[in-house]
Amino acid sequence: MSINWFKYSSPQTFYPLAGKMIPWFAGLATILAIAGLYISFAVAPTDFQQGEAYRIIFVHVPAAWMSMVIYIVMAGWAGLGLALNARLSAMMAQALAPTGAIFTLLALVTGSLWGKPMWGAWWVWDARLTSELILLFLYLGFIALQSSIDDPRRADRAGALLALVGVVNVPIIYFSVKWWNTLHQGSSINMGAAPKMAATMLMGMLLMALAFWMYTVAVALMRVRCIMLERERSADWVKALSTTAGGKS
Amino acid sequence: MSGAWVTVLKRDLLLAFRRRSDVATTLFFFLMVSSLFPLGIGPEPAVLSSIAPGVLWVAALLAGMLSLTRLFAADFADGSLEQMLLAPQPLTLLVTAKVLAHWLVCGLPVVLLAPLIGLQYALPSDALSVLIISLLLGTPALSLIGAIGAALTLGVRGSGLLVALLVLPLYIPVLIFGAGAVAASQHGMSAQAHLSLLAACSLLALVLAPLATAAALRISVE
Repeated sequence: MSINWFKYSSPQTFYPLAGKMIPWFAGLATILAIAGLYISFAVAPTDFQQGEAYRIIFVHVPAAWMSMVIYIVMAGWAGLGLALNARLSAMMAQALAPTGAIFTLLALVTGSLWGKPMWGAWWVWDARLTSELILLFLYLGFIALQSSIDDPRRADRAGALLALVGVVNVPIIYFSVKWWNTLHQGSSINMGAAPKMAATMLMGMLLMALAFWMYTVAVALMRVRCIMLERERSADWVKALSTTAGGKS
Repeated sequence: MSGAWVTVLKRDLLLAFRRRSDVATTLFFFLMVSSLFPLGIGPEPAVLSSIAPGVLWVAALLAGMLSLTRLFAADFADGSLEQMLLAPQPLTLLVTAKVLAHWLVCGLPVVLLAPLIGLQYALPSDALSVLIISLLLGTPALSLIGAIGAALTLGVRGSGLLVALLVLPLYIPVLIFGAGAVAASQHGMSAQAHLSLLAACSLLALVLAPLATAAALRISVE
């Protein structure tokens, strides 16, 4: 028996599937966020050096992780769309970009809120802050390019190429900025080395990261459903939706 | 194959020579932007020489970027770009010829003018020579990376501003290593590490950017 790998690669079949998945991911995001916030604010001990202000890292660090992961995932979808000429992949890339940009902004804002009591400055030209800012520029460039091209097919492919060029450049930018200047504290979680933070703190951070993941998936699916309807508005299955169930999954 | 390459290069240089004022615009832009900073900041030589590497590099980068939209626009408008896409020679190769022509016309004059402005900024002579070398090594990367942006925004509304948004983040490593080389030599350190990294950026761009530019042209023209 052969599996049809491409069954859900067409908007018509993916639209209802996405509709069914959204409540699950949204629910998981809510539960994980409640648990994560409870651990971060009620259970995790006060840091002996940084006091209560350190608790912002429970939002800051997962947001920074997500901002980087989403760019890579977005470029992956974009590359897939370019290689296989699949419409849905390009739509997924387009749907992920705003969420990635928002997480990047969130990481920057929470970082500066943390930086004010810790470093005494809202902003310092440190390597990781600067590369996060550049990542925001890359997201904005992707969104701007896609929205300024009217033909959706060309917009998809041009955006995909830009995302791939960006992904090749991200490590180069990161290391150039890192050598340029650094006074950020060393990262607290290192692969290979034992984490220096308390287990509850790590737990809170990981739960928040998972919550952000689920949120990203739910929101991206919602957005991709809108994009599908907009792009396929003249297709028969979209017209059928509007006449029967009023757009419900 | 090399015949087509030389033909494209000669043609672009000839076209640029016929429109000499375009080249002059780039050069005057570079001159004016870098003359504005002393007016805004003040004439103290110590301050000027400490900001000189960054200012000159940013001005060179902006001057090169402003001329990017011209790289493919005229060929796109009169249809010769389509002929290049249909030509039996690989598009990647023809793109390198066009980028080289762009660099010779817009990049090289800026490199040659830079030491003059460096003098105005009270740069010492050994920093001046590092400035020339760093610009020589780095500006080809700017033209190569910029070509991707120019190709992606071909015929798009507001393409001039859009190119800036797409290309400037990608220019950052070149800017860091280029300005870093000059600053290092000012502080009496060896600029060699920065210059090597700059050359590495240019070589990497030479390998990858024409491929991306060719793909972008095919997307934009089809």
